[in-house]
Amino acid sequence: MSHRLPSAGTSETGIPARAPGGFGGQLLAFAEDLRAERVAVGTAEILDAFDALEHVDWTDRDDFKEALAATLAKSQQDRHVFELVFDRFFFRAAEAEAARRQLDDRHGAGADGEIDLETLRRQIAAALRDGSDAALRDLARLAIAAFGQAEGSGVLGVDVQRIRRALGLRTEPQPELPQDDPRRAGIPRDRLVKFEQHLRRELERALIARTSSLPPKRPLNELDRALPTGPIQDLAAVHRVVAQLKRLLATQGHERKGHNRHAHVDFRRTMRASLETGGVPVKLKYRPVRPRRPEIFVLCDVSTSVTSASTFFLSVLHALHDAFRKLRSFVFIERISEVTDVFERERDFRAASEAVSRDAGVADVSGYTDYGRVWTEFLGLVEDELHPRATVIVLGDARTNGRPPREDAFAAITARAGRTFWLNPEPRLYWNYGDSVIAAYEQHCTAFECWRTDQLEAFVKILSR
Amino acid sequence: MIPTQPTSVDDVARGLRSVGYLPGEATALVSFLAAKLNKPVLVEGPAGVGKTELAKALGSYLDRRLVRLQCYEGLDEAKALYEWNYRKQLLRIQTEADTAGWQEVQDDIFGEEFLLPRPLMTAIASEDPVVLLIDEIDKTDQEFEAMLLELLSDFQISIPELGRIEARTQPVVLLTSNNTRELTEALKRRCLYLWLDYPALEHELEIVRLHVPELDQTIARKLVEIIHDVRELDLKKPPSIAESIDWARALMLLGASDIDQAVFTQTMSVIVKHRSDLDTVAARVGVKLDAAAA
Repeated sequence: MSHRLPSAGTSETGIPARAPGGFGGQLLAFAEDLRAERVAVGTAEILDAFDALEHVDWTDRDDFKEALAATLAKSQQDRHVFELVFDRFFFRAAEAEAARRQLDDRHGAGADGEIDLETLRRQIAAALRDGSDAALRDLARLAIAAFGQAEGSGVLGVDVQRIRRALGLRTEPQPELPQDDPRRAGIPRDRLVKFEQHLRRELERALIARTSSLPPKRPLNELDRALPTGPIQDLAAVHRVVAQLKRLLATQGHERKGHNRHAHVDFRRTMRASLETGGVPVKLKYRPVRPRRPEIFVLCDVSTSVTSASTFFLSVLHALHDAFRKLRSFVFIERISEVTDVFERERDFRAASEAVSRDAGVADVSGYTDYGRVWTEFLGLVEDELHPRATVIVLGDARTNGRPPREDAFAAITARAGRTFWLNPEPRLYWNYGDSVIAAYEQHCTAFECWRTDQLEAFVKILSR
Repeated sequence: MIPTQPTSVDDVARGLRSVGYLPGEATALVSFLAAKLNKPVLVEGPAGVGKTELAKALGSYLDRRLVRLQCYEGLDEAKALYEWNYRKQLLRIQTEADTAGWQEVQDDIFGEEFLLPRPLMTAIASEDPVVLLIDEIDKTDQEFEAMLLELLSDFQISIPELGRIEARTQPVVLLTSNNTRELTEALKRRCLYLWLDYPALEHELEIVRLHVPELDQTIARKLVEIIHDVRELDLKKPPSIAESIDWARALMLLGASDIDQAVFTQTMSVIVKHRSDLDTVAARVGVKLDAAAA
């Protein structure tokens, strides 16, 4: 089909050739896309999908999608990814096809000259508030026609925000607006996000039609996988990770049970049992496998550079506290302070981080982290309680701000504790650059980078082993 | 009785409605596919969204008997598949000890007569097609899951002494899970997947109306709105659909004419079942209601 394109040299950035094999080929390409986003789609699943499609009406988009979802995406996380990939894939496929046939509907809405901007603003705000989803799409196109095309910056995200601002759409109330304006009370955040999605999609559609080439695929939701570090902390993200971890810990126990079943024979009990059979050890007695429930001491840097990662990590650990025998948490900047109570009391992540910054009193004068002082204070606090079964976890970026790192004090801690882990919320690339002295501490402990949820997961797995 | 054979998705949706279960779009579609493709369905979702109810409703809609296997930790083959009735076997041996030869008795005592069928076996061997519900599969251990694989993909059970028992009719199989642990890939691959979530507001309102038709319409709407508000909160256990129905019944029995603060505080314990949750709900949702309209 590519010979029909206007210019011949567009094979790199232009419209890719249609996947071979007609509909089946498209479905395989879709499955391939899912695999690329780490959804485990096997051949069995694809066969099931074909089977299922024999029984449902293809022309109904919802039925088609549900049939695919039921056969291809087999967990809630997978389902979430499936939705995103489904939208992306079929949107791109449809647009590519439209570009191949050189269909262009840019001259539809809004082409007939004047649009009254103020009316449009109100219409959109009203549609946002009343939640008629179909209307939103049309209004998004109108909005683009009114504000967008002439001065498009070429960067979709920028254009979306520019149009949103031009429409005066905000989540916070705008009391200066007249009484009957639907924007006055502020627009619900989820509706606004929805509208922005429509805008983005329509802009993308226009761009594809204009340039007759598909932009590169945007990889999905790395954001989902990153730890929340921005100011808008997502409580749901904490709980999602915690739920996953809990399940993981539960499953792990089972795997290990099978694996270690024949590990240790309890000799004393075997001999005692053998008395029944005249001293012949007919029945072997095994030592029961008890899950390891470590005692944990967590030290978290809460200086501004790492504060949200720390609080997040503490919330996760405390949500998991029943997996540990004992859990004591400390936060530090220049001084150290125990915050175990705060996290036991507070289930709300945001409230917990507020309480820590308000009550802990760890900042002294400068507000810069002083690791050396922290180690000595920590030793003073818990020296007697540290023993070989205790695990010490430090979360911090090991940036000393030029102060002495006192690795000897840190070594004293690690010598007393059974295991010491260091979690660094910076990517490994930045370690030991500038004032980061992680190398000095890494000699005495195991250091992990921990800035994505999957890294955190991997760490908790190690912890409960 | 000839079991119902659904012909379309709408057919299933209507059928489930007629037996008092209001399915979402995905639910109807997956149930339809399950019946058509003869594949088991893995239903996941939070507690109390009607996973088990779905199996019961499917049973009565398809005119099939429901065979239920409740899973728990430590469930093993003897309780799920079959067991040899050794008492009866012993009796058999004793009664004929003198007359019959070894070979004869041995052949005899491992016959179907001495087999105690457990739920999975019952479902497989049944003359009429059944709906098999394997409830809370996540409570069992992985070994049990592995044992299920043969049953789920080929609908057959191997008994060493007897050979293979194949399904006479295709059962509709539903597995439910509360998502407390990750199920194995092998099990998931054999199943269709259905995620049941809390229903949307209108849908739940319809459910409440169906089960408690006597309740005043405006109260029912308010009730469902409150339930949705409560689910938004970060609770240890958010209220389930069953609990909204219970609450609706309670309000009806109390003869409440409106849900105000007083009524809410009195009856809140129907939907919220943790001490700390009670406080949260009272503080966040209770205060939004009108003060007692005396």
